Amino acid sequence: MAETVAPHFKQPLLKTPFHDRARALSQVDSFIPWAGYTTVDVFTTVEQEYFAIRNATTLYDLTPMVKYRVAGPEALPYLNRLVTRDVAKLKPDRVAYCVWCNDAGHLIDDGTIFRLGAGEYRICTAERQIDWLLDSAIGFDVEISEVTEQIAALAVQGPTSCAVLKALGLQGIEKLKPFEIGNFALGSHRLTVSRTGFTGDLGYELWMEPAAAESIWDGLMVAGYSRGIRAIGSQALNVARIEAGFLLPNVDFVSAEHTIRTGRDRSPLELGLGWLVDWGKGHFTGRRALHNEMIQGPRRHLVGLDIAGNKPAHNALLYTDDSGKREIGHVTSAIWSPTCKRNIALAMVDAPHFQIGSTVWAEIYLNRELVWERRMSRAQVVERPFFAPDRRRATPPADF
Amino acid sequence: MAAVSPPAHYDCVIVGGGHNGLVCAATLARGGRSVLVLEAAAQVGGAAVTREFAPGFRVSAGAHLLHLMPATLLRELNLESHGLEWAAQDMTTVALVPDGAPLNLAPEESRRGLSPADAEAYAAFTARMRRFAAALAPMFSRPPPRLGTTAWADRLALLRLGWQIRKLGRRDMRELLRIGGMNVYDLLEENFESSALKGALGLDAVLGANFGPRSPGTVLTLLYRMAAESAAGDSGLSQPKGGLGAFCDALAKAATTAGATIRVGAPVASIRVEGDRAVGVVLDSGESIGAHSVVSSADPKTTFLRLLGPRHLDTGFVRRVNHIRCRGLAAKLHLALNRAPTFSGVGEAGLCGRLLVAPSLQHIEHAYNHAKYGEFSAAPVMEITVPTANDPSLAPAGQHVLSAIVQYAPYALKEGWQNGRQRCLEAALDQLERYAPGLRAGIIAAELLTPADMEQEFGMTGGHWHHGELAFDQFLMVRPVPGAAQYRTPLDGLFLCGAGSHPGGGVMGIAGRNAAQEVLKVSPN
Repeated sequence: MAETVAPHFKQPLLKTPFHDRARALSQVDSFIPWAGYTTVDVFTTVEQEYFAIRNATTLYDLTPMVKYRVAGPEALPYLNRLVTRDVAKLKPDRVAYCVWCNDAGHLIDDGTIFRLGAGEYRICTAERQIDWLLDSAIGFDVEISEVTEQIAALAVQGPTSCAVLKALGLQGIEKLKPFEIGNFALGSHRLTVSRTGFTGDLGYELWMEPAAAESIWDGLMVAGYSRGIRAIGSQALNVARIEAGFLLPNVDFVSAEHTIRTGRDRSPLELGLGWLVDWGKGHFTGRRALHNEMIQGPRRHLVGLDIAGNKPAHNALLYTDDSGKREIGHVTSAIWSPTCKRNIALAMVDAPHFQIGSTVWAEIYLNRELVWERRMSRAQVVERPFFAPDRRRATPPADF
Repeated sequence: MAAVSPPAHYDCVIVGGGHNGLVCAATLARGGRSVLVLEAAAQVGGAAVTREFAPGFRVSAGAHLLHLMPATLLRELNLESHGLEWAAQDMTTVALVPDGAPLNLAPEESRRGLSPADAEAYAAFTARMRRFAAALAPMFSRPPPRLGTTAWADRLALLRLGWQIRKLGRRDMRELLRIGGMNVYDLLEENFESSALKGALGLDAVLGANFGPRSPGTVLTLLYRMAAESAAGDSGLSQPKGGLGAFCDALAKAATTAGATIRVGAPVASIRVEGDRAVGVVLDSGESIGAHSVVSSADPKTTFLRLLGPRHLDTGFVRRVNHIRCRGLAAKLHLALNRAPTFSGVGEAGLCGRLLVAPSLQHIEHAYNHAKYGEFSAAPVMEITVPTANDPSLAPAGQHVLSAIVQYAPYALKEGWQNGRQRCLEAALDQLERYAPGLRAGIIAAELLTPADMEQEFGMTGGHWHHGELAFDQFLMVRPVPGAAQYRTPLDGLFLCGAGSHPGGGVMGIAGRNAAQEVLKVSPN
């Protein structure tokens, strides 16, 4: 952030350490704000960028991802009271996907927890929530600080990503297992790599000091040239994450700390994240409410839909039949999946219609040269993820 | 007190042997439960305790008057047969006036010193406020309704309160709703002309509270005090023989007679949790005692944050508990005197009553201003009693004890109580000397309990008598916090029964009894 000399109110959006590189590659000047930073929505075209995720290697600047350092003698009990998963099972140099809830058992956010060392963890999350983290720390010997600006982060994702990182000089990267963390030296720079990502594909996330950002970006572009490396924006990533069935905050759920209307909060059980809830580890925030909910059974559930036709069911309302009389839910994310060649969506569906195999009807609106048309399309509740290639887990990954 | 070795498991273990803990214990024991009371101090009573503060001189170290304990509760527990005797009942209130004749406010027939207009206004004002108080009083004896539920019991309770207010009639209801959110300064200015009268009434609205008379909501705190008095049967101010400690001894006797066991000098270190339920307590000594229900009369912050610990609670709940406002602003002054104090214009009868130093509303407000900025009042306001005037047994023959609540003395004094204590004491003595010339010369010993001392001695967080400010945002269904306002807590098997719960502090005992009734619902017999 070398050039943030102007007072912050004159430059409300920060620039990431990769900004100059991104600016140079942007062909359509499509930038969007993300967590206080300006970031690229599209570099060239969404299609080009998307296919690079599935067929080559992509760079995605995730510096704006909010990062918190959690350290101290009681970091582990603190985290275990915060999140629904059992963090005690998280081994050193491993990452765990977690969610945390308010007292009512409603989701505040999801994120990843990195176990970096003895009594030291990092939480990566979409939204800022230092107040919740600090209030959760009352009574725990733990230190919490935001380190977002101190760490530049870059996602390197795609089937050739391992080969690119090897070519960059990360020796032994192929041994890194999913959700594992490795530390590497690159010239004078130290680089932390985690085998994590938001694409559902083979991929890594690189964590570095901001001063190293540009040289590592440049190194990757050189190392990946022959393997089709390409910078991508948020839109292409969004297509990939829907195929992978991942949830996006404020799209598939709204943080319970931000909702205003009753009934808009979502529990992890409703979002299909019941597997993240550890009932045996002792108390955590929201446990008593979630336990009641589990006994009563969820009233709605986030599901995958396979929809007839090829028109994405953006924001569609869902009904029991094509008469459109009884509403039973709504679509939260929808795309035409280029890889699956299916019209897919994530949707919130009321009980009992969320069972796999159930049929629901989606009301899709199409704008055809300024004229709106309405379609009722049959949709089936299907398993998620929609796309889960073996290569995302393979260790070592195939060489290219 | 029981000599036989006690069982290691009880139906109910009560943390803290203050008056609420004892009332709760007595009620539970009378309900047939096996009950153990654990008190940290060497004697029961909590902040309603009589102790020696100078050789031969004893005083009610915390509360020094009784006026909120319901007559029904006294009868129910049969306290008079357990040794409760009265040194004085229906005590007078005297408003001291600098360089003038004091006002004698109660009881009504001997009221003196008011102008004809004030006398008329006072009668009307008291009658109206008593009607309001009587409308609010029924809510004291029940758990407050929960908000945001669809349960009929909760809706009914809210309707009942609404109906009580509606029943006042159109004029009174309008008046109650008009003044309900006002400050007591404006209300008293509307009604009276005498500064001393306004000061005396204003002091009752802010006594023990983090408020000045101009603070919003102080009419409500005055009404609340009066409603509590109304719920207690409007029996007036009284002084138990032997001080408040003797009163608590009678409570303890009522509890033990009913079958409860009381252990003093047994501080609880933590509440034991197994399988997401409270299953007992561990003492400082390491001894573990099992219980089906753990009932805490400690203040909510102590109970939840220290004894239970945040890790057994949800973050949002802990956040609410952490935000309970409970910074005490009242200090307690005890003087051992070699002769009876003589307050200008106050005769022997007046000395047996309650003496107020609050010459005007402006004076109280000014005294409060200091506290806002972490300083003690240079000219404090006071509620004074001379317990030995009614009960000579508290001091050596011919000698006297003076007990005064001194406001304002903030818990977190900016300069620190190490530095400020002596000067605060001097300020209080100077103020006394103004109304009782020559008092200083008779002082044998003086003790000033700051809120910090009270936190230390009585284990009350912030040294706040009421275990949390009695204010609009900490009343009823939000006392101490939503989620624990019906005596039950988020943790099964753990209950609150102290002043931090509805209906709050003052030596009232209703919290203890209400809590006991909730415990009886779930505790197996």
